[in-house]
Amino acid sequence: MISYVFWGSLALSGIKEGMLVWILFLLCQVGAPALAQDLCQRDAPNGYKVRISLKTALGEDAYEWNQSEMFFFQATMAFAMRRHFQMETYNVDNIILCVQTSRVSFWFVVTSPDNTTMLIPKADVEKAVRMSRHRINNAFLLSDRTLEFLGIYPTLAAPVNPDTPPWLIVFGVVIGAVCVGIIALLISSLLQKRRKEKGMTEDGQDEEDMQVKGVENGINLDGTYNRGFTDDDRFTKL
Amino acid sequence: IVLKILPNLGLGDRIPSHQELERMEKEEAGDRPKWDNKTQYMLTCVGFCVGLGNVWRFPYLCQSHGGGAFMIPFLILLVLEGIPLLHLEFAIGQRLRSGSVGVWTAINPYLTGVGIASLLVSFLVGMYYNTIIAWVMWYFFNSFQNPLPWSQCPVNANLTDLVSECTRSSPVDYFWYRDTLNTSTSIGDSGGLQWWMVLCLLCAWLLLYVCCLRGIATTGKAVYVTSTLPYVVLTIFLIRGLTLKGSLDGIKFLFTPDLNELMNPSTWLDAGAQVFYSFSLAFGGLISFSSYNSVHNNCEQDAVIISIINGFTSVYSATVIYSIIGFRATERFDDCLEGNILALLNAFNLAEGSIKEGNYAESLQNLNGTFPETIQSLDLKTCDLQTFLSQGVEGTGLAFIVFTEAITKMPVSPLWSILFFIMLFCLGLSTMFGSIEGTVVPLQDLNIFPKRWPKEAITGIVCLVSFVIALIFAQSSGNYWLALFDSFAGSIPLLVIAFCEMIAVVYIYGIDRFNKDIEFMIGHKPNLFWQVTWRFVSPLIVLVIFVFYFVTKVSSNVTYIAWNPSSEDFPTLEVLEYPAWIYVIIFILAGVPSLVVPGTAIFKLIRRCCSNKNVYGAEVDTVSAKVQMFTTKMS
Repeated sequence: MISYVFWGSLALSGIKEGMLVWILFLLCQVGAPALAQDLCQRDAPNGYKVRISLKTALGEDAYEWNQSEMFFFQATMAFAMRRHFQMETYNVDNIILCVQTSRVSFWFVVTSPDNTTMLIPKADVEKAVRMSRHRINNAFLLSDRTLEFLGIYPTLAAPVNPDTPPWLIVFGVVIGAVCVGIIALLISSLLQKRRKEKGMTEDGQDEEDMQVKGVENGINLDGTYNRGFTDDDRFTKL
Repeated sequence: IVLKILPNLGLGDRIPSHQELERMEKEEAGDRPKWDNKTQYMLTCVGFCVGLGNVWRFPYLCQSHGGGAFMIPFLILLVLEGIPLLHLEFAIGQRLRSGSVGVWTAINPYLTGVGIASLLVSFLVGMYYNTIIAWVMWYFFNSFQNPLPWSQCPVNANLTDLVSECTRSSPVDYFWYRDTLNTSTSIGDSGGLQWWMVLCLLCAWLLLYVCCLRGIATTGKAVYVTSTLPYVVLTIFLIRGLTLKGSLDGIKFLFTPDLNELMNPSTWLDAGAQVFYSFSLAFGGLISFSSYNSVHNNCEQDAVIISIINGFTSVYSATVIYSIIGFRATERFDDCLEGNILALLNAFNLAEGSIKEGNYAESLQNLNGTFPETIQSLDLKTCDLQTFLSQGVEGTGLAFIVFTEAITKMPVSPLWSILFFIMLFCLGLSTMFGSIEGTVVPLQDLNIFPKRWPKEAITGIVCLVSFVIALIFAQSSGNYWLALFDSFAGSIPLLVIAFCEMIAVVYIYGIDRFNKDIEFMIGHKPNLFWQVTWRFVSPLIVLVIFVFYFVTKVSSNVTYIAWNPSSEDFPTLEVLEYPAWIYVIIFILAGVPSLVVPGTAIFKLIRRCCSNKNVYGAEVDTVSAKVQMFTTKMS
């Protein structure tokens, strides 16, 4: 492309003007990345620092962070910007990265698609990132904690509030069982007592006769029957 | 030198003679309940003795008083103080076949106060002990969810951030102090009843009632589970613990002996107090349980076996607890180190994995040499494993904060949580059986309730009254009230009662008569060891502990620790002084049971002088004594 410009400019104007245009053009080509560098720098007012912890997230399966991954990041950010703004067509060139370290961390700024010297304000970038955070995380197999945008706090998951707290259910089961147990035991005590009383009034007559008859029926009574103890329930009194 | 035995008139009329005992044994004509088998009796006694203190008091004492060296005073005092007192209570209960009030009244009517003091202490201790069980149940109910509610901080009302009280302390602290207790900032600020606590308290008392409904007929069945399950769970936790990283560090830390601690008198005092409280002596429950035995049961052997089991359980649970604490300390240490390493990596943008645990110290030194200001600004924490291990926690703090935190770090946390709280529940419940026994039987002996009321009704009333009074502990300030009860109701009165018990048996009942009784019951006279310990050594030890306790409590400014989110040192607990009106409560808790002992004697003396009736003769006011009188009349 440069050769066409060169020959074109030479053809259009004289050699001198052509050289001037050519020099200006070359400067622009060289200057454009320099200008971009000025836009993106450490602590840029409209930039964000990104920190990635691959080994923490993936351990053994961690992939290597290289230029292709950086390109992927640019593409993902462009996608996030497109998704948020919807009208504007962001491209990978609009995402400028710099200050890469081995941590892995880097800074990025977003330029407007219409005017590459104009930066998108921080607030808009934040909105875009927040909207697509989940997609961005998943693209890199990372999480909110391992893919950090310093300054953009992850939204907390809304707490799951069940209708009945689980502890109340267990409590209900336990107390139901206990109440059933109490009622069962009380009723059985009552029945036992009633049975004893009934048995007493029936046997009372027989016992008296037995005492008088002694050994007559073949039943050997050892000593006298101590009726003082008959109406005591062995288990409940004392 | 044998102290002259104090005059004791009419003793022979108040207690059954050996022949009467033999006959009662043969005829089985007594209306006292009986144990179905020896196992039930042993399990009940073991359950009563082995309680929450074995799990959360002994390990702390062991670790803070020189680790393995603590075993020495503990074992010595176990033998000199624990076993003799236990044998004494078993023997006197088995001989006189009555609960605590009955036994002391039979020995001498002026000693009824000792029984009443036991009744009061059993009642007061039972109230707050069951509240701890209610707390355990609350945690148990909350263990049936994943993730556990104390594993992460909750989100605040407008979903912007985590609750600040939680982030400043920790999720386990927050769950304990806020979600469970909803604790107020001081004991004076009652804060109203917490409905979830009231429900748990209700559940705890109902569960206790269903187990104690018919006395030992129902508790005898319940103890098959409540006394054995803790050992099963402890073993499971031991196996689980030993497979976790750092557990051996914990066990090593626990048992590393520091023989210098033996020179410290407080080590011996704490060992003596621990042995004493661990055996649940002076509650009256053991006397009661022993009285349901057959007359010729070998109480000497029982006392030795139960003491050994109790001692072994203390050491075993200490091992288990500290294996888990070692794991938690290692996790904390690793987290601390990881946090520091991350801070360094982030600040200097170094590659992940360049600083590891191994080269941390070296790397830190290098970086500090080149960039000291940056290092300063990072505010790195000092990570020391020994510090984390020696965060010695005891009591509710151990169970509900430290251990629950350790559980959240284990895989399948809900399972371990459920197991742990079932174990604590069983340990507490089996101790409560003894407490209820020590409350209900004296009430029956004192004829507070009409005799025709069945045991179910009396137990029900005791449980109901205890529940209503225990609602104090369901308030916001409930935690502080419980600590108050724990310090005063369950400490000084017990020492007083135990001392009086020994004096009563050895010098008022008569050690010679006691020796003969034991010879009648188990076939041989107690040997020199028992003679020396009963007459001098054990009473002396109890007296020394009592004097030191009393002096320490009276001379020191009584304070308590409170959870106050707005205090400066938060999350460290704030030390507050009790308000003036609390001293009245302290007097009621500690003073009234202790003063009842001489008080009843004076009361009876005055009554005797005024009415001129013969106290020793016909005035026997225990049900079982009346039965014995009845049987003698029948022959």
